[in-house]
Amino acid sequence: MRCKRERVIFLQQTEIAVVGGGPAGLAAALEAVKMGCQVTLIDRHAFLGGQLVKQTHKFFGSSKQYAGIRGIDIAKRLAGDLDSGPGKVSLELNTTVLGYYDDGVLLVEKDERVSPLFPERIIVATGAMEKMLLFRNNDLPGVYGAGAVQTLMNLYGVVPGCRVLMIGAGNIGLIVSYQLLQAGVEVAAIVEGDTRIGGYLVHAAKVQRSGIPIYTSHTILEATGENCVEGAVICQVDEKWQPLAGTEREIAVDVICLAVGLTPLTELLRQAGCEMYYVPELGGYVPLRDENMQTTLPHIFVAGDAAGVEEASIAMVEGKIAGISAAGSLRSCTKIDGLLEACRQELHELRAGDTGDKSRRGLEKLRKTMEKRKYAEKDESTGLLRA
Amino acid sequence: MEEDTIVCRCEDLTLADIRSVLQRGYTSLEEIKRITRCCMGPCQGRTCRDLVVKEIARSSGKKIEDIGLTVFRPPVKPIKIKCLLGVWEHE
Repeated sequence: MRCKRERVIFLQQTEIAVVGGGPAGLAAALEAVKMGCQVTLIDRHAFLGGQLVKQTHKFFGSSKQYAGIRGIDIAKRLAGDLDSGPGKVSLELNTTVLGYYDDGVLLVEKDERVSPLFPERIIVATGAMEKMLLFRNNDLPGVYGAGAVQTLMNLYGVVPGCRVLMIGAGNIGLIVSYQLLQAGVEVAAIVEGDTRIGGYLVHAAKVQRSGIPIYTSHTILEATGENCVEGAVICQVDEKWQPLAGTEREIAVDVICLAVGLTPLTELLRQAGCEMYYVPELGGYVPLRDENMQTTLPHIFVAGDAAGVEEASIAMVEGKIAGISAAGSLRSCTKIDGLLEACRQELHELRAGDTGDKSRRGLEKLRKTMEKRKYAEKDESTGLLRA
Repeated sequence: MEEDTIVCRCEDLTLADIRSVLQRGYTSLEEIKRITRCCMGPCQGRTCRDLVVKEIARSSGKKIEDIGLTVFRPPVKPIKIKCLLGVWEHE
């Protein structure tokens, strides 16, 4: 059997490949291109912005982090900055990075065709995925992840049902509950296993004022219904999250929405061989990385939820850091010290206060573990690891 | 919790399925993956991996971080063989 070559594959080269066009990836690409680097930004969707495009609420914090602007508008603004920026970012949408190979080549798929890309530096900004929860009948139609509910409502204008039970009172659970209300969907209750509400009090107060009860120290035992969700059995839990017998009760709902946390999407980092470390405070396994967002493989940088699950505003600042560091490691630019320090100060402010407590604990674990590692030589002029 | 609860949606595995292989002495994720096909479906373990690891932790008393995962290989998502073979055409 003889084969004829239909098309010849060329190895594409770029200075910096940014994988993921969410808040972290966009910020990273913008900074790197500002510093004169050739950047390829890859996203598997047809649009930029990642999870920002589902955020119909206004952000808060300081104006540096786009306070008072809705997430979807931040995405548009960042994408606009890419267009009008000083350099050209080569944008690859509807494109998935399928794998990382030992020789540093990324295998990229677009329109059912694969091609190799060889970047000098890689910034992994792949975000996170939702965690699943075990309960009886969790496969009944009507059980959704909070991300899916947001996609349905805020992207496609489709409501998921009439009456929702939200599982999880972190920021996502609280915000999606409020967005459901705005869409005219009733939210029967929010159930939270922990003894306290995890999300910002501003969001919690807003949903409570709207009449949605938040049951802390509660969990879901099962979804009820024949062919789709018709109700949910919830119960109280003890301090070890074990159900307390006799506290079960059934709530009539047609949607059960799971907002029980996110975990970093790190397959590419794993394939590359970046050292990983288990930090439950940051959502599970995260790559070891320093304050320049440089992983244990000095040519690979990370930013946003892929580096540890936090907020979108933090993802943007981490993106900036990763972009500056990656560019700095290529151009040996000595001015980056000041730029990086300003970003780190921003991160410090964003993580201050009670709500940043969990992140701070997780990051401290990472820092201590990193300190013990000596895996690459430091370039004294830039403070970055030599790639 | 009832044992017919679904753990892996791709491969239709229940909690009872996972607990049964644990009882049979398969205690690493690598072994359980090879025996049950968990983590090998369209989602590549993004839904079930954490759940199975938690179940291993529960039955062995080990910490989550001491259990270890399986090897991560490309491609990260299922693709058609055509994507790889499309460059060749039979004469």
